[in-house]
Amino acid sequence: MTTIDLGMPAEGPIADAIAASVESHGEKQTALKAKDLKTDQEVRWCPGCGDYVILNAVQSFLPSLGIAREDMVIVSGIGCSSRFPYYMNTYGMHSIHGRAPAIATGLAASRPDLSVWVVTGDGDALSIGGNHLIHALRRNVNMTILLFNNRIYGLTKGQYSPTSEVGKVTKSTPMGSLDHPFNPVSLALGADATFVGRAMDSDRKGLTEVLRQAAEHQGTALVEIYQNCNIFNDGAFDLLKDSSTGPMWTIPLEHGKPLVFGPDGASCVVREDFGGLRIAETNQVDASEIVVHDATREDPSYAFALSRLSSQDLRYTPMGVFRSVRKPSYEQMMAEQLHEARLQGPGDLDELLAGGDTWTVSS
Amino acid sequence: MTGPNPTVAPSDPNGALATTVSSSAPGGLVKSVVELDRVVIRLAGDSGDGMQLTGNRFTSETASFGNDLKTLPNFPAEIRAPTGTLPGVSSFQLQFADHDVMTPGDAPDVLVAMNPAALKANLAELPGGGLLIVDSDEFTPRNLAKVGYATNPLEDGSLEGWQTVSVPLTSMTLDALADSGLGKKEAERSKNMFTLGLLSWMYHRPTEGTIRFLERTFRRKPEIAAANIAAFRAGYNYGDTTEAFAVSYEIKPAPMQPGRYRNISGNQALALGLVAAGQRAGLPVFLGAYPITPASDILHELSRHKAFGVRTFQAEDEIAGIGAALGASFGGALGITTTSGPGVALKGETIGLAVMTELPLVIVDVQRGGPSTGLPTKTEQSDLLQAMFGRNGEAPVPVIAPRSPGDCFDAAVEATRIALTYRTPVMLLSDGYLANGAEPWAIPDAASLPDLSGAAGFATEPNGEDGEFLPYLRDPETLARAWAIPGTAGMQHRIGGLEKADRTGNISYDPANHDFMTRTRQAKIDGIAASIPPTDVEDPDGDARVAVIGWGSTYGPIGAACRRIRTSGRKVAQIHLRHINPFPADLGEVLARYDRVICPEMNLGQLALLLRAKFLVDVQSHTQVRGMPFRSAELAAVIQDAIDTGKPAAVNGAPQ
Repeated sequence: MTTIDLGMPAEGPIADAIAASVESHGEKQTALKAKDLKTDQEVRWCPGCGDYVILNAVQSFLPSLGIAREDMVIVSGIGCSSRFPYYMNTYGMHSIHGRAPAIATGLAASRPDLSVWVVTGDGDALSIGGNHLIHALRRNVNMTILLFNNRIYGLTKGQYSPTSEVGKVTKSTPMGSLDHPFNPVSLALGADATFVGRAMDSDRKGLTEVLRQAAEHQGTALVEIYQNCNIFNDGAFDLLKDSSTGPMWTIPLEHGKPLVFGPDGASCVVREDFGGLRIAETNQVDASEIVVHDATREDPSYAFALSRLSSQDLRYTPMGVFRSVRKPSYEQMMAEQLHEARLQGPGDLDELLAGGDTWTVSS
Repeated sequence: MTGPNPTVAPSDPNGALATTVSSSAPGGLVKSVVELDRVVIRLAGDSGDGMQLTGNRFTSETASFGNDLKTLPNFPAEIRAPTGTLPGVSSFQLQFADHDVMTPGDAPDVLVAMNPAALKANLAELPGGGLLIVDSDEFTPRNLAKVGYATNPLEDGSLEGWQTVSVPLTSMTLDALADSGLGKKEAERSKNMFTLGLLSWMYHRPTEGTIRFLERTFRRKPEIAAANIAAFRAGYNYGDTTEAFAVSYEIKPAPMQPGRYRNISGNQALALGLVAAGQRAGLPVFLGAYPITPASDILHELSRHKAFGVRTFQAEDEIAGIGAALGASFGGALGITTTSGPGVALKGETIGLAVMTELPLVIVDVQRGGPSTGLPTKTEQSDLLQAMFGRNGEAPVPVIAPRSPGDCFDAAVEATRIALTYRTPVMLLSDGYLANGAEPWAIPDAASLPDLSGAAGFATEPNGEDGEFLPYLRDPETLARAWAIPGTAGMQHRIGGLEKADRTGNISYDPANHDFMTRTRQAKIDGIAASIPPTDVEDPDGDARVAVIGWGSTYGPIGAACRRIRTSGRKVAQIHLRHINPFPADLGEVLARYDRVICPEMNLGQLALLLRAKFLVDVQSHTQVRGMPFRSAELAAVIQDAIDTGKPAAVNGAPQ
């Protein structure tokens, strides 16, 4: 079991409130079961939605972190996936469209003692909230962003999204969509994200492993989760899910292991000119040419090249952790600046109000 | 040097009194000292000439001397418009007096013009006979041509109506710095300090503060500090010895309440008020902001106070600024966002979320000319209706406004009190004039400030009958909901933008619940009126038939106008609102007492619209949107007209 030590809030009413609640509840309860994280609210996703699978996986996995329920906060935006907080017995805010990373930034920056999670979708994070996402990633505030990518707008009933493939026929694009989609992993790496991973909703084991690494990461972690919308974009990920085609087109990423995949390890990833990567047949190349996956490379170019292997139709899709590098996190540096400023002594309000030049009028 | 010697006190549109006292200066030169009760000086130059700095230094000297004062900085939105052109003119006006003053003055008594553009842009506002000091070195054929002067006004007689003193400020500065080792361009930049020295002599200002300021500002460039100090002293000595200025002026300190004072601008006072409010609430302050004129200085000031636990976050945009502040509020901080009108437009959706989630949040709007980008550096009061109604749905938000630069401090504390007590976003409407204007400020004793720790109380125990936590169970008196913060065991709950069920806060689409919650949110804001003082009416005689009502930065000009009216033997009542939403509970009754109610505003009648709608009072709107404060003489004329004619006052295009 991984135990994450969140530390304590700074002295003051916040710490006092927490201490008071701990006093009446006994010690912080960190030995949780999945059911402890369920709420009394009826889950209202469509039957068969991939969100159920993710919710179950998250509820099963979170107890392994050893964090008390009250120390977890889930902030979401708008969209189907953003109903997530209502079903989690933690603190939560179902906010407004696209703004969850901004709201979570303020919370995480001012409360480093909390485990902050953002749940968002492809429209929420990449369209209306694209700006907040890239800035959260570059700032490296300590939070984990779960991006449920179903490649469609579900809650508004089926318009193409910023991850829909070109030519997507939807209600708003009867002759096919024209705009080129974002690859969320490429986008995050372009913003110099310190942790980027990808997982499949139905792959409990793979998803849990990526979530575990993301939760342990100090800084902003982005996890793209391919999620099936069985109403408006059913079967979007079947190529990868189907047991006959999945292994052929999925590149599992394991740190320190050669990138060999496909039935009987027939395919592999090798270097190409100009810093790129390409797919090769394993028996056609020398073993030394096969790339050994290294998620800790400081330079994001390699991880970016990995993310570019996949095509819009999902052939050659790497799954797992693309990048995981250590960098100081924003809230830590902010706390250090506050600490440094206090080394000269805590602020004296009377002194502050007086400022520099004053004069006195006597009676 | 050209022009007559100014041997008499400058003519005075503001009605200043002058007494001449003769004295002699060193060197046997006979100089006289004239005692004045007040002076209005305007410094005007190119954006690069340092007029704002010069004005601020003169203000500091004047404040520490003990005069009462008000300032009006006025500068272009461009950082450096082309040198010597009209769009590049920057000015700083200051009124100081031996008694309390309410405005920076309608028109200057003294105009200092550092170049032809500054002269052209400002001369029309200098009343005939006023003192005009110009830098003759800058009146070159090239500079004259830039602003369309066919002939040199210093030579063509066109300035005969004023007391013009033409001084080669630039070349005298260069002479004074001949041995400084600085190049010509660098040395020239000290001409503003030469000018400040000259003015300091003319008005008997203390000089030590400026010398200390220059040493401090340029401590890493001692040669620049030395040059500026040398130029400053040279200007002072020039005044003392030249025949061009035979008169200097004395303005005695103003009687003020005993206490300790400092000079303060509105943005500074607002920032200090927010720090103080956080301290008095015992909460960490979190500011989420995006740079915008004229509000950025609040961000700058707050970012310097980390020792008080103040976190400042420069966000990627206005929306993230308020989003982060709301996130911090959810976590138990005093969340604040500062902006100007265009920023408020972007923040609207998040303000609505704060209304729905009922979390404390302070939103500061330093208003500027609009719409759109409008006039970024000019003042206006045109965001009132945006503050009131600029959101989707029924989303009531308390609105308060400061009346003077120093009052921004108290307004910040009051905004925080309301936000914390009622768990609501609060809109604080400052404006460009308050933000950049300055005045002496009686420094409050920190311990005497309102104690906000009670208002900030977090819920730590379940409040439901079955031992559950009900986040939307309300305090019966304030209707504020319980504020439980993450980290508090047993209080986990979810909030959000969807309609909440009463008490539980769960999602609810029930029609009756929505009707109830909408009315409850409104009732909570209306109920704030119970915590604010009754309407403050300033009517010395107590039987005025005409009242003038205003809000925000118009307090000074309206107050000065009312004084004029009373001096003329007429009666007028002045009402100035701190709280605009909700209004003081008795405001409707108070307004009904008067035959006439006049409402001057720097917009097209927004408060007037609210008053008419709310109280069915026939408020007469008097409006102006010139990007500058009202002139009190103009307001006095409007009020006098209303009193004398008994007919509707003259209005400037207001809806009637």
